[in-house]
Amino acid sequence: MTPLMDLKNLRVRFHTDEGMVKAVNGVSYAMEPGEILGVVGESGCGKSVHALSIMRLIQTPPGKIESGQVIFNDRDLLKLSESEMRHVRGREIAMIFQDPMTSLNPVYTVGFQIVEALKLHKGLDEKAARERAAELLTLVGIPGARQRLDDYPHQFSGGMRQRAMIAMALSCEPQLLIADEPTTALDVTIQAQIVDLVIRLQQELGMAVMWITHDLGVVAEMAYKINVMYAGYIIERGQVRDIYKKTRHPYTIGLLGSLPRIDEPPGTKLVSIPGLPPDLLALPTGCPFYARCTYRVERCLEENPSLEEADGVEHTVACWRWEHIAGRVSS
Amino acid sequence: MARYILRRLISVIPTLIGVTFVIFMFQRLIPGDPAVAMLGEHAAPENIARIREQLGLNRPLFLDRDSLVQGDLGGFFDSQYVRYLSRLVKLDLGNSIHRRIPVAETLGLRFPATVELALLSMLIAIFVGIPVGIISAARRNSLIDGVSMMGSLVGVSMPIFWLGLMEIMLFAVILGWLPTGGRLSTGVQIQSITGLYLVDSLLTWNIPGFVDALKHIIMPAIALATIPMAIIARMTRSSMLDVMQEDYIRTATAKGLAERVVLFRHALKNAFLPVITIIGIQAGTLMAGAVLTETIFSWPGIGKWVYDAILGRDYPIVQGGTLLIAIIFVFFNLLVDISYAFLDPRIHYD
Repeated sequence: MTPLMDLKNLRVRFHTDEGMVKAVNGVSYAMEPGEILGVVGESGCGKSVHALSIMRLIQTPPGKIESGQVIFNDRDLLKLSESEMRHVRGREIAMIFQDPMTSLNPVYTVGFQIVEALKLHKGLDEKAARERAAELLTLVGIPGARQRLDDYPHQFSGGMRQRAMIAMALSCEPQLLIADEPTTALDVTIQAQIVDLVIRLQQELGMAVMWITHDLGVVAEMAYKINVMYAGYIIERGQVRDIYKKTRHPYTIGLLGSLPRIDEPPGTKLVSIPGLPPDLLALPTGCPFYARCTYRVERCLEENPSLEEADGVEHTVACWRWEHIAGRVSS
Repeated sequence: MARYILRRLISVIPTLIGVTFVIFMFQRLIPGDPAVAMLGEHAAPENIARIREQLGLNRPLFLDRDSLVQGDLGGFFDSQYVRYLSRLVKLDLGNSIHRRIPVAETLGLRFPATVELALLSMLIAIFVGIPVGIISAARRNSLIDGVSMMGSLVGVSMPIFWLGLMEIMLFAVILGWLPTGGRLSTGVQIQSITGLYLVDSLLTWNIPGFVDALKHIIMPAIALATIPMAIIARMTRSSMLDVMQEDYIRTATAKGLAERVVLFRHALKNAFLPVITIIGIQAGTLMAGAVLTETIFSWPGIGKWVYDAILGRDYPIVQGGTLLIAIIFVFFNLLVDISYAFLDPRIHYD
């Protein structure tokens, strides 16, 4: 099967007054049509930046996509003209963002903002577009959708706004939905509803979903594959089962260790990863995780490991010592 | 909304009473006497006393303590200020001291000239300032941004009278393209409908009249527009830059909208609130700035008239003219406040 999207060696830089921030450092992976991919990692690991780069939404300057390819439907998005790219945005790839409170324009009605996309990409007239917008709001579970079209974003609650954002993103039936931490700003109960909603819509509409989060618990439920990112690199990638059961990278182990488990005896301490991610202004020559790693050896300081096949199906890891770790971590 | 407007209109009354008080008082703090200004320095004292008596200038300014001591309550309140207010309530602005004709009459004749000048200046300021601000914000740190922001810095810093004189020097004296002042050339007639010559000449399809009026108004209008234009451009730029950082702008771009649509539909309406506030304030200041501009360009509006009246100590004219400017200022601010509710659905009055 030809992949829906094939990312090759994507590098993104930000030129700031303090120097060059190496935000994304050679990220490569492919996504199949209809696949749900989880992208996890701490804040500032390049998750959002790499996603925004796919849509070419990085503010330039200061940001710049230094090199790489984003092959989507057999063409390189990075080589398209701005006007060609506009046809990709919203129609082929849609995106929902972290903060639904600020992601909708406060001076236009929710209906107007959905209708706008429908008129642009689907060529619908006002009446048909409103009709469709009401259907979409119903689809994402907003009661009384027809009346709510004329409401302004401030008349919606946080969860409802995120639903409206999802309706807007899905309005033109994209092949890929990028969800950039869409539940982070919401209450826990609402979070679960949004996750369920996206899973349901993914099954109904068959689009691929990239779910960016720092919450490993959420992606375990929904994703098929997971990219674990650190300091602008993918440091481990594989099917959900392998990532959880055959964890091979010390950073991923740390991430999983910092999750509370319901079957643990009460009083068990959560493990945290000591230290902070490296300064993206001055990345070390060796492994970026070196300073925080408990398995480190001399070689890790000098050479940065690249992704290589580990045990498991399509499981890759960027660590010199994954085999050693495999022997120690019980699977 | 209607209730809000009504409430605002009522609250205007104390403001205006305050304005009359301040104008009245400050004017009389300026040394000089209208009677002396009328009759000359060497006039006989009894003549001056007679004139003062006629004009009521012999009365106390605010309240007459002596009358109160004598138990004359009517006399107690019979002061210059109370006389002025009681005439004002009857919409009588009094007569010019020198010309002996009603102030309201001259005001009615001269006011349209000022309105025309101020309106044209405001239109120039808005229709140049806002696009310049938007382009500067959209092409931030580019050459065009640098040039327009430099230009606007010069614009804000430039004294109106200097700019006006330079304009006259270049376009009227050296090049001879435009007249040095006035509102119409002698011999050109425009039938008055609204009192705004540009509008009237177009309404009556009087093209030579329109061209002549335009030639006369363009220099003072540009001189008067410079400062508000520069301020509006800078405000638009900074407000747009703020808004363009917002998440919903990213959402709009992610939808696939063209940059033009994102800027003008999604950013501008949000960026407009601070800009409209500035426009409101500028519109008021413009009326005041007209005093200088009208003097330089001999523009027959209320600005020059009030200026002459201040020199001649013609109190009723100064009071009438300033009060009108104050009313316009208050009116523009009300207009700005109401426009907020139309621009931002989160703002509700009542």
